Amino acid sequence: MKFTLSWLKDHLDTDAPLDRIVEMLTAIGLEVEGVHNPADTLAPFRIAEVLTAEPHPDADKLRVLSVDTGSGAPMQVVCGAPNARAGMKGVFAAEGSYVPGTGITLKPTKIRGVASNGMMVSERELELSEDHDGIIDLDAGAPVGEAYAAWAGLDDPVIEVGITPNRQDCLSVHGIARDLAAAGLGTLKAGTVEMQDGSFPCPVDIRTEDEEGCPAFFGRVMRSVTNGPSPAWMQRRLRAIGLRPISALVDITNYITFDRGRPLHVYDLAKLEGGLTARKARAGESVEALNGKTYALEPFMTVIADDARVHDIGGIMGGEDSSVTETTTDILIECAYFDPVSIAKTGRALNLNSDARARFERGVDPGFLHGGMALATQMIGEICGGEASRVVHAGHAPEDRRLVSYDPALCASLSGVDIPAAEQARILSRLGFEVEEAATWQVAVPTWRRDVDGAPDLVEEVVRIHGFDKIPSTPLPRAEGVARPTATPAQMTERRVRRAMAARGLDEVITYAFISDAEAAPFGGAAHRLDNPISSDLVAMKPSALPSLLSAAQRNLDRGAGSARLFEIARRYLADGERPVLGFVLAGLASEKDWRRGGERGFDLFDAKAEIMAALDAAGAPIDKVQVQRTETEWYHPGRSARVMLGPKTCLAEFGELHPRVAAALGLSGRVGAGELFLDALPPSKAKRSRPAFTPPPLQAVTRDFAFLVDPDTVTANLVRACAGADKKAITGARLFDYFSGKGVPEGKVSVAVRVTMQPAEKSFTDEEIAALGEKVVAAAEKAVDAQLR
Amino acid sequence: MTVTIDSETERWLARIAEAATPAGVEAIRVEALGKSGAITQQLKQLGKMSPEERQTAGAALNRMRQTVQDALGERKGALEAAELDAKLAAEAVDVTLPVDHGRTGTIHPVSQAMDELAEIFADLGFKVATGPEIEDDWHNFTALNIPAHHPARAMHDTFYFPKVEGDPGSEAGAGAPKLLRTHTSPVQIRTMTTEAPPIRIIAPGRVYRSDSDATHTPMFHQVEGLVIDKGITMGHLKWTLETFVKAYFETDDVALRFRPSYFPFTEPSAEVDVRCAWENGQLVIRSDGDDWLEILGSGMVNRRVIEMCGLDADEWQGFAFGAGIDRLAMLKYGMTDLRPFFEGDGRWSAHYGFSPFSVPTLSGGVGA
Repeated sequence: MKFTLSWLKDHLDTDAPLDRIVEMLTAIGLEVEGVHNPADTLAPFRIAEVLTAEPHPDADKLRVLSVDTGSGAPMQVVCGAPNARAGMKGVFAAEGSYVPGTGITLKPTKIRGVASNGMMVSERELELSEDHDGIIDLDAGAPVGEAYAAWAGLDDPVIEVGITPNRQDCLSVHGIARDLAAAGLGTLKAGTVEMQDGSFPCPVDIRTEDEEGCPAFFGRVMRSVTNGPSPAWMQRRLRAIGLRPISALVDITNYITFDRGRPLHVYDLAKLEGGLTARKARAGESVEALNGKTYALEPFMTVIADDARVHDIGGIMGGEDSSVTETTTDILIECAYFDPVSIAKTGRALNLNSDARARFERGVDPGFLHGGMALATQMIGEICGGEASRVVHAGHAPEDRRLVSYDPALCASLSGVDIPAAEQARILSRLGFEVEEAATWQVAVPTWRRDVDGAPDLVEEVVRIHGFDKIPSTPLPRAEGVARPTATPAQMTERRVRRAMAARGLDEVITYAFISDAEAAPFGGAAHRLDNPISSDLVAMKPSALPSLLSAAQRNLDRGAGSARLFEIARRYLADGERPVLGFVLAGLASEKDWRRGGERGFDLFDAKAEIMAALDAAGAPIDKVQVQRTETEWYHPGRSARVMLGPKTCLAEFGELHPRVAAALGLSGRVGAGELFLDALPPSKAKRSRPAFTPPPLQAVTRDFAFLVDPDTVTANLVRACAGADKKAITGARLFDYFSGKGVPEGKVSVAVRVTMQPAEKSFTDEEIAALGEKVVAAAEKAVDAQLR
Repeated sequence: MTVTIDSETERWLARIAEAATPAGVEAIRVEALGKSGAITQQLKQLGKMSPEERQTAGAALNRMRQTVQDALGERKGALEAAELDAKLAAEAVDVTLPVDHGRTGTIHPVSQAMDELAEIFADLGFKVATGPEIEDDWHNFTALNIPAHHPARAMHDTFYFPKVEGDPGSEAGAGAPKLLRTHTSPVQIRTMTTEAPPIRIIAPGRVYRSDSDATHTPMFHQVEGLVIDKGITMGHLKWTLETFVKAYFETDDVALRFRPSYFPFTEPSAEVDVRCAWENGQLVIRSDGDDWLEILGSGMVNRRVIEMCGLDADEWQGFAFGAGIDRLAMLKYGMTDLRPFFEGDGRWSAHYGFSPFSVPTLSGGVGA
């Protein structure tokens, strides 16, 4: 909402300087978003008189002017404006002036060989209007040498405030003035206008058949009006707030929209057929609106129609057919009340915004229908002349006399600031509330404050005007002692996993939750798709953490990164809900060429396995109890992927090399490692704060290596587990350290070497004891996987 | 005799000095002090002497043996040291050759900021609460006092899912479409409908609005705060936010402005601006700045919201606030553009990410 300082002062009697007004507006909740004085950019421009205008010797359309700028000798200016002539007064821009409409700073120049110093400017060049037919042509009385902006009334700061959706009353200069007056910045001027009785009955039948959408429709005819341009002061104000002046009748309705927050519509009576009715649109109806677009109407929309057609999308935008023009002489003024919900629905369905819609959908003052009609009649009469009919009142504006019970003590208990009851009453009454002071006050809410319907609203009004800065900062009571832990075990797990992954060298990224259908497809497609996505790239809620990570990895590699090791803690959006997940991808090179380690190497399944096991470990999962099994998840390499199971049913994680088809679809080449840890599948931690008693054994552990031959499809993990479990007491660990086939290994067999750690308890093992343990290991290996000692 | 021994000692010492290798020294040792060495043999003769002779000759012989032995040891040590020095010198390498010490990865600034928030508010007794991102209309709007067709809904640029006929999960009406939550405020509702007051929570998380330009991304992060208790006033809200902002930005040089505003779910409502200044193209928080930056929305929880959650609004009241985490992180850590937050560019992570070992703590300072 924009207005000018002089416009505000039409409604507010105040001596307050601009900066005080600006500060107060923000302090009472009318946030100032900008202050701009057009005179600032127009400061260099002065009124000047053209003394002579001679033809240019070398150009038919140019003239050489001698211009009296009010200081020193006349300036020679070459000018192409058709209206440039001796004796006229206009606006002169000296050398060095910045001309806002052209973006040029003037320098002395020669035009077709003739020196030109400065220029005479058009309105467009000063961004005052679109007029560029000629240079500005001022009244003969304009004082030569004076600043043009001040003389023309343009030294009027434009203030822009952000109005919150609850404050329709402040989508009007009058409403803003009321708030400022309540805050002590002056006195609100009444601004009421006497309703002028009509001299003849309204010749148009006005009705409302849609009492829900348009409960009140007041109308009157005015005859013999002249619809020329509106007065200069009105045009200046409209332009200052960004509106284009059109004609007096249109400008007046626009002016009242901003001046009083009261949208009106004016029809050209000659273009109406029969009576005007507010009704629901009928199937198939459409209307060409004033913005030149045609809108197909739906039966829930409220329209104003005559006997032949729809003329107005009620409360949103008028129709082109019956709009007023320069030749209009007889008009019908519509002053109606439209239902906010109906307006909001219609506006949204048509995707049509207007200043009228902005006000009606927030709820205009139902108590200002007569006032609005009176003001419109008076202004049209003054500016356009004409004779008004009597007013037809179809329907009634909603009666909305709300009484709120209010205990002034609520102010302190809700806001924390104790404001004396008398001051509270004073603030409320200045805002237009009627306060009946008793034990519990009865406060009548003014008709224009549709937003106020409870005691807390009144606290807000009082405290906002009193000043939020006066609310005392009050420490929140806190528990005694050191702060207690507040994070849940799941939150702690997430934090540990996140930092563990980063510590292992992966970068945490955050990607959008929505991806394209093409990205989702290899991962089983999306269970949830947006109805109104921003673009088709951001439509499918990701069913896995991987697709967006893979796309991010691909972008990094395409930019020349040697590797992308990325992880994200995100959600999978599945048909049965959203589930927390850690996802990671390993793309590009696992290690680059290195003078110590040799050639470069890509990622593989086991790199992915290392990450997933580390993540599970950090998450506190019992990794000595999990089982790693082949998985058939379709987006992984069928022979190089696995799932991590805890018991027969709980899948904690999946990892592997991405299926080459999926990688290729996402623009990745080479082996790509990936994995997901399903955070919601983790079992609750069983760790207790206190650990079982433990003393490190004093004797040195003994290791023995065993090499076995097994079939290639042997589950090696079972072999290692068997070795480790061969003697529960003495064997404390078994680690596979070699796995190979080929030279030296019988055809069709794999050699697997396992180092077994044996821990003596009270006394060192004898050779016999070690040999016996070795036999147990060999027997267990054979039993488990038919392994033969080499 | 003594003279003879002295000259013999000198001879041994001269030979020892001439030895060039530890092996050479060892050979002399054997020759002099070995089982059948010259000095050993002389010492063996002592037993045959008279006590008088033995006294003089014995002392002289033993002195020679000691002197030779010491000289041998010293020479051997010196030669071994020289040999080791030469070996080590030959082993010298170019110490500037690079090693791969294993790059540490990075924590995303939003995660870091969330951990900082959790730490600060933990000290004030706030738990961290979460909720679904695919929300229903009732929790995202209706229960927050934003009924259907309320103009505030239009400000939310909501992402919707297709209408599901007769979906029982949508309390705004059968079949009302699910949506992506537009703010973290529905977590207020989920907390108040499931937990008994007093309540102190923060709810950080991802939120979604159909908005994408230089300063907006369709997904971003918010943190919600909620306190429901007895006797809570706007004064407590003010103190809490002042305390938070000072702790988060790690400065007491903070000036806040509470500006009356409007949110359907709070009343009275305030937007909170912080004093700031532009320094070398970056926004800096300082109480003597010349500009204001809006960082928070807040207010006293609307009675209707409390009632809709099934609590007695005469007994319980409180405040709520919300802030954009991405913006808080940008302001604290100097990012100028929001969009790269969600692009996963490794170069950005390397520059703006945090070490996993920089865990925000109150004792160490939450500012990593």
